Amino acid sequence: MADTTWDPSKPILEIENLSISFFTRLREIPAVMDFSCTVMAGEAMGLVGESGCGKSTVALAVMRDLGKNGKIVAGSIKFKGRDLTHMNDEELRQIRGSEIAMIYQEPMASLNPAMKVGAQLAEVPMIHSGMSKEDAWKLARQIVADVRLPDPDRIINAYPHQLSGGQQQRIVIAMALMAKPALLILDEPTTALDVTVEAGIVDLVKDLGKKYGTSMLFISHNLGLVMDVCDRICVMYSGEAVETGNVIEVFDKMRHPYTQALFRSIPLPGADKNARPLISIPGNFPLPHERPSGCNFGPRCDYFQAGRCDARDIPMDPVPGGDRHASRCLRWSEIDWDAPPAKRAVKEKAPIGRVVLKMEDLKKYYAISSGAFGGGEKKVVKANETLSFEAREGETLAIVGESGCGKSTFAKVLMGLETATSGSIMLFDENVQSTPIQKRNVDTVSSVQMVFQNPFDTLNPSMTVGRQIIRALEIFKQGKSDEDRQNRMLELLDLVKLPRAFAERMPRQLSGGQKQRVGIARAFAGGAKVVVADEPVSALDVSVQAAVTDLLMDIQRENRTTLLFISHDLSIVRYLSDRVLVMYLGHVVETGTTDQVFQPPYHPYTEALLSAVPIADTKVIRKRIVLEGDIPSAVNPPPGCPFQTRCRWKAQVPGGLCDREVPPMVTLEGGHQIKCHLSREILAEMEPVIKVAAE
Amino acid sequence: MLIFVVRRLGLMLLSAFVLTFVVFYLTNLPPNLEKLARSEGSVRMTDEAVAQWIIDNGHGGSVLGRYGQWLGVVPGWSNVDEKGVPRGRCFAAGTDPALAPRYCGILQGDWGYSTYFRGPVLPNLGEKLGATGILMLWVMIVMIPTSLLIGILAGMREGSRTDRVLSTFSIATTATPEYVSGVVLVALLASPVTGLSPLLSEWGLIDGKILFQGAASPDRITFWSFTLPVLTIALYGIGYIARMTRASMTEVMTAQYIRTARLKGVGFRQVVLRHALRNALIAPFTVIMLQFPWLLNGVVIVETLFNYKGFGWTLVVAAGNNDINLLLGCSVVAVFVVLVTQLISDIGYVFLNPRIRLS
Repeated sequence: MADTTWDPSKPILEIENLSISFFTRLREIPAVMDFSCTVMAGEAMGLVGESGCGKSTVALAVMRDLGKNGKIVAGSIKFKGRDLTHMNDEELRQIRGSEIAMIYQEPMASLNPAMKVGAQLAEVPMIHSGMSKEDAWKLARQIVADVRLPDPDRIINAYPHQLSGGQQQRIVIAMALMAKPALLILDEPTTALDVTVEAGIVDLVKDLGKKYGTSMLFISHNLGLVMDVCDRICVMYSGEAVETGNVIEVFDKMRHPYTQALFRSIPLPGADKNARPLISIPGNFPLPHERPSGCNFGPRCDYFQAGRCDARDIPMDPVPGGDRHASRCLRWSEIDWDAPPAKRAVKEKAPIGRVVLKMEDLKKYYAISSGAFGGGEKKVVKANETLSFEAREGETLAIVGESGCGKSTFAKVLMGLETATSGSIMLFDENVQSTPIQKRNVDTVSSVQMVFQNPFDTLNPSMTVGRQIIRALEIFKQGKSDEDRQNRMLELLDLVKLPRAFAERMPRQLSGGQKQRVGIARAFAGGAKVVVADEPVSALDVSVQAAVTDLLMDIQRENRTTLLFISHDLSIVRYLSDRVLVMYLGHVVETGTTDQVFQPPYHPYTEALLSAVPIADTKVIRKRIVLEGDIPSAVNPPPGCPFQTRCRWKAQVPGGLCDREVPPMVTLEGGHQIKCHLSREILAEMEPVIKVAAE
Repeated sequence: MLIFVVRRLGLMLLSAFVLTFVVFYLTNLPPNLEKLARSEGSVRMTDEAVAQWIIDNGHGGSVLGRYGQWLGVVPGWSNVDEKGVPRGRCFAAGTDPALAPRYCGILQGDWGYSTYFRGPVLPNLGEKLGATGILMLWVMIVMIPTSLLIGILAGMREGSRTDRVLSTFSIATTATPEYVSGVVLVALLASPVTGLSPLLSEWGLIDGKILFQGAASPDRITFWSFTLPVLTIALYGIGYIARMTRASMTEVMTAQYIRTARLKGVGFRQVVLRHALRNALIAPFTVIMLQFPWLLNGVVIVETLFNYKGFGWTLVVAAGNNDINLLLGCSVVAVFVVLVTQLISDIGYVFLNPRIRLS
C-alpha cells in the first residue's frame, strides 16, 4: 500500500484551496470556497460552524462522496501525499473504510437495520484485508470490547435497534476502527445523544485517538466539545474558513469578528440574563446564492467598513506569532480585540410574584403491552413519579434531564394532552389535573401555552404567518372583529420583533429562528400566563439561539409570564432560569434556585450532568465524571433509588440502602431539596465541578 | 403472535359473512329468481307458475332464512310439489327425505347444485380452482423474479438511463389492462395472418402457422399454449411490482446506512446485494401479496380470452348463466383468497423486518 512511501512527519491530510459546488438545474451553488486545512499525524482538527456553513460538505469531499450534484471545482485534497480528487472509484474504495473512516451524526440511521452488528463490523476487514469470516468476527468482538461495550458476545449478535443510542454510536465507532484507519472523520458524532452519554463517547474517541495514533477531523457546532477533543480548530462561515489555528489560541485570542460574535452569543459561566446578557449576531445567515460580495460576514459584522470589506474577495491572512493561526479578515490587526462589547444592555430583573401553578404528587403511568402483535403482558411505565413544585408569576423554572426522564410527559400533562394518573395541578387556584384539553375552557387553554422544539414542523406549511396567528386569536376568542384581530396580530409580530410584512409570508420563506418567533407569537396570542417552552432553541443555530432566548426573556419581563423551560442544555438553563428542577427517570432528584443547583452540594446525578456539559472556555476547569452505562429503561427501572445503577457515591451510603429504598426528599438550607440517601456531612463536603481559574 | 392470528382469522370470517351475504342478496333479487325459473322450468310459464316454481324450489321466504339455509345454520327447505314428489334442499328429487340430513349448507360442505354443470358445485369448483392454481403458479414464477429484478436494477441508480428505460417499460405495462395486452399479444404472436407468425412461418423458422397458441387447456399444458396467458397476466403485475420495488430501492439507496457501507469501502455490487436488497424487499413483499386478489381480476379476463377452463372462466360462466350456487361458491373462494393472502402478508412482513419482530 501507499503508506510505506509516506513520511509520518508530513501531513496526513492536506486540503488546498478546495472549492465545492452543487449543480442544480437553475444554477451552480457554491457550497465551499477556497478552503484549506492541514491535519498532521495524531492531530485532531475541529471544524466548527453553523448549519449550512459547509463543514459536512468538506468531510464528504474528503470521502469523495458528494452525490450526483456535488463537484469539486477547484483545489486538491491530499491524503498521505496522494491527491484524492484524481482517484478513480476502485482506488477510492480501497481507501474508504481502511485508511479514512467516518463516524456519523445519527447512529441509528447509519447502521443497517436488517444486518447483525457483528456482520456489519466483520465486513470491513473482510473487504480490505481479505480476512476470513471467522477471524473477522473475532476481531469484531475484540473491537466491540475495545469501545467499552458490555457483553460483546451478545452485542455482536444483536440487531442495531436492540441497542441504545449510545451503544449504537459505539458500534459505529468500532466499525470505523476495524481497519485501524489513519484518519477518522467525525461528523457531529454526539449531537443525537444525551450529554452524559456524549461525555462517555467523547472520552472514548480521545482515548482511542491516542491509542491508535489516529488523526481526526472533528465536525461540530458545539465549541465546548471541540475544545475538549481537538488540538486545532477551523471556524467556518458560509462556505469559507474564517479563522484557523490552535484551539487554545483561537479561543483566547480570536482574530476574526465572527469567532468573537459566536463566543459572545453562547452562554458561558458568568453570563447572566440581566447583568450580562448574551449578544446575538444581528441578521441572518446568507443563503449560498445570496452571499454578499467581499466578506461574507460583512453585513452582520460590527467592524464592517463599506467600500473596503465589500470590495473584493478576502484572502486568509496569517496572524504573526501564532501557531499556524490565520484569519480571513482585512481589519484583524486594526481591531481592539480586548475591548468589551459596546451594546450590552443591562436589563432589570423582573420581580417574582404569587404562585400561579402548583403541582402536588403528580403521577403519570402508562400501560404498554409487549410482544410483536400487541399481545403479551402489560407493563407499566412510570413516566412521572411524585412530582411536586410551584411556579410563580414572572419566574423562569427550568426542568432539566436527559431523554426519557419524563420532562415531556410532564409538559403534556400540564397542557392537558394527557391526564395525570394521580396528584393535583392547581392553575390560578383551579384544579385542572383531570381535565383534558378538549374540556378545558378557552381561558385556561389560552393562559397555558406551549412553544415547541421543532419550529420547522409546528407551522402549517400552507397558511400565511399572519393567518396562523389570527387563527390562534380566533380560537382564543380574542378581539371583537376581524379588524381587531388583524391589528392584534401585527402587534404580536412587533412583540416577537418580526417585520409586519412577514404576515403575508409562508412558513417556508422563513428561517428557523424566524419560524420559532412565529411559534412564540402564537403561544402569546391569548395572553398566556404560563408558557411551557419545550427545548425551544435546541433545533436552532448558536447565533440564533441567543436572540430567541432573549426574546423570550423580554416578553416575560413585559408580561410577567411564568416560563417553564424544558431543556437538556445546562448552559442555557444556568443563563436564564431562576429555579431549576432536575429530573431522572421520572423522579425529581434535585430542586432549588439556579445557584443552589449549580453549586455543591449536588445530587450525584446533577454532579455528573454538570461535569458532562462541555464548556467553551479555556479558563474553566471541569472535573470529569463519566457515568457508566446508559439510562435505564423507564419500563424496567432499577429498584430503590433510580440513579443507583450509575451513581459513583453509592458506596458512601451504608447498608445498601440505595438498592432497597427510594430516597426521601431532603431539604437543605434555603429550600434546596435533594432526593438522596447521602448524609448531610458527605453532601457538604462535595467539591464544585466547575471552577473558573483565576484570570 | 397466536392472539394476532386468531384475531385476524375472526376478522376474516366476519368479512366472509358480510361479503357472501351481499352476493347472496344480489343474486337472489326477485327478477333474478324469475329469470332462473324461466330458464330452469319453461320459458313459456305463466307468471303464477313462475311464482309457484320459485316457492317450490326453495327460493321463497325471507332472504335471511335462505342465506341461513345456504350457510347451513337453518334447516334446509323441503316440500312436496304438485306431482306429489317430495323435494328439498338436502336430498335429490325422488330419494327418501327421512334419510337426508336436516342441515345442508356451506358449513356442512354442501355447496349446492350448479345448474350450469348439472352437478354439485364443490367438485367442479375445486377442479377449476386447481387449473387456475397452475396458471397462477406460472404467473408468479414469471412475474415475481422479473419484477423484482427490474425494480432493483431501476432503483439502484436513480435517474440513470437504465432506470428511465425500465421505468418507462413498467409504467407502460401497468397502464395496459389485460384485455388490451391479451388481444395485442394474440394478434402479434398467435395469429396466422397478422403479427410475427406469418413472417416467421415464411422464413421457415417455425413449423406451424403460428408461433404461440391462442388457446390453452388445463389438460394439455405446453410452453406454446401457456406462454401467452401467463404473459398477459404477468405483464400487468410486473409493471406494478417493479414500480413499488423501484420506489423502495431508491429510498433505501439514499439511506444513511448505505452511505456507511459505501464509505466502509464496500463495492457497489455488494452494497446492493448485501445491504440494500433485504431492506428494499420489505415493502414489495406486501405489494406482491396484495397482488394476488388483483390477479383474480386478470384471471377472469385471460381465462375467457384464451378459453382456459379455470376459476375465472367459471365465474364468467356462472354469472352469464345465472347459476346462483356456483356464483356464491366463487365469491366464497375469492373472499378467502384475498383474506388469506392478507394474513400471510402481515405475518411475513413481521418476519422480514427484524425491527417489528422484536420490538
